[in-house]
Amino acid sequence: MIAAVYASPPLAAAIEWITRPLEFEFMRRALLVGVVIGAVCAVLSCWLTLLGWSLLGDAVSHAVLPGVVLSYVIGVPFAAGAFVFGIGAVALIGGLNRTSRVKEDAAIGIVFTGLFALGLVLVSVVPSQIDLFHILFGNILGVSDSDIAQVVVIGTVSLAVLLYLRRDIVLYAFDPTHAHAIGISPRRLEALLLGALALTVVIALQAVGIVLVVAMLITPGATAYMLTDRFDRMLAYAVAAGIGSCVAGTYISYYADTSTGGAIVVVLTTLFILAYLLGPTHGLLSKPRPTPNPAQPT
Amino acid sequence: MSTQAVPVPARSGALAIEARGLTVSYGENVAIEGLSLSVEPGLVHGLIGMNGSGKSTLFKSLMGLVKLDAGTIEILGGSTSRARSEGSIAYAPQSEEIDWDFPVSVREVVMMGRYGHMGRTRRPKPADHAAVAVALERVELTDLADRQIGALSGGQCKRAFVARGLAQGAKILLLDEPFAGVDKRSEGTITDLLRELASEGRTVVVSTHDLVAVPGLCDQVALINRRILAHGTPDRILVPELLAEAFGGFVPREALPTGSSTPELLRQAAS
Repeated sequence: MIAAVYASPPLAAAIEWITRPLEFEFMRRALLVGVVIGAVCAVLSCWLTLLGWSLLGDAVSHAVLPGVVLSYVIGVPFAAGAFVFGIGAVALIGGLNRTSRVKEDAAIGIVFTGLFALGLVLVSVVPSQIDLFHILFGNILGVSDSDIAQVVVIGTVSLAVLLYLRRDIVLYAFDPTHAHAIGISPRRLEALLLGALALTVVIALQAVGIVLVVAMLITPGATAYMLTDRFDRMLAYAVAAGIGSCVAGTYISYYADTSTGGAIVVVLTTLFILAYLLGPTHGLLSKPRPTPNPAQPT
Repeated sequence: MSTQAVPVPARSGALAIEARGLTVSYGENVAIEGLSLSVEPGLVHGLIGMNGSGKSTLFKSLMGLVKLDAGTIEILGGSTSRARSEGSIAYAPQSEEIDWDFPVSVREVVMMGRYGHMGRTRRPKPADHAAVAVALERVELTDLADRQIGALSGGQCKRAFVARGLAQGAKILLLDEPFAGVDKRSEGTITDLLRELASEGRTVVVSTHDLVAVPGLCDQVALINRRILAHGTPDRILVPELLAEAFGGFVPREALPTGSSTPELLRQAAS
């Protein structure tokens, strides 16, 4: 049987194509990190898509830059500083929105560009070995041991908490008033989601960098949303898209010698375009969705 | 599966809702001021007023969603927070508050009524499935239970949210504009359903600016314009002078009944 498989030239070539990069330590590490990041981002993206939090995700991802720089300066894990600035950005946006006549999108725009710019200034004045390019565009092929530990620990904990509380978070996203009415605190769930967003941004920028993190936080969920009307299926499809694009993007970047973050997001966006065009009921090229039948007893 | 009426006992002697001297403001804008209202259990109550008269703010106050500047609220003789943790108060939202493309089925929405009775992960037990099935049967949505929520008609959606309140075991149901975007026949179905629920001992509070459905639905009517202007049976409250006061001297013609069964008084109010 095995001999037969190896006897088939195209299949053997495909196996060879997949296994050969695995001989390299850096590829195995990149794929491990990619699978964790792909899964966490995908799960979170389902709620971000439904809540309309894309812009907030983009803001948090840019706002962590000064935190990353300061962490290197102080000598703490960069996740710590990034998390503080991610949460700080959310608090600033909320505060600015509440205490001024500036509307929310403007508050988001002001806060994240301000913090991002502060980060750029800090990078240039603080003497350090920070490679700005890696922070902005990701460096999944060069993750260090401590990076891997941070990704695996933060990723697993976030994933576990989000999945454990998924029904409550769906309730919060669908009808926060009802959640409140039956004694489930929407505020606590919102805080949980914002915390998970900040943590996920922190690990996801390892793979695709600050500039493209928002793609990982939105596109898997948006892709899955085109394919189903059931939340549990949406989660599964999103995770498949998230992990699949991280793995495929890493291979493409290995063979084609391209930017890894770029390749991951290109694959992910391609998956979205396919779902957008070919999705079973909501796809552009599919039959229009059945409207409620007026003849039905109401 | 039994769909028989099950009486819901209230705490002995307690009013369903007792609000005293409520004042709620958003910044400088006072939404309700010194509002007092007593709601007896087992009846359908109509809360009638213009847009911006404070109907929604009153509902939010009853659910403990807004901070009271002044006043107290008792639900079934207890605090609003006890009512929430006991699941005794349910809310059916206005259509525009809901994302109709949300990936949930009708059954899943009704199941959300059970979350207060479940463990931390909200994994349904057989009793929860049974309660959901009974509630769906009750509002006649069993056949459509696996549809996505947005694939229902306006009236079916309202019934789905009523079913969620039934699955929850709520003794008090608050319905915000239940007849908005609902055709005549659905309106009749919903009216019958709410009357039935009241006859079982549940308390139903309906906010509306649509006066047409009120006489057939409500046992009691309260006119609201930042405070309660009048409260009593429909025939005593739906009179031109009081309506004119509630609607700021102007009763929208389309809000009034036009059918032959309409009391002459109501039509006069429009002129």
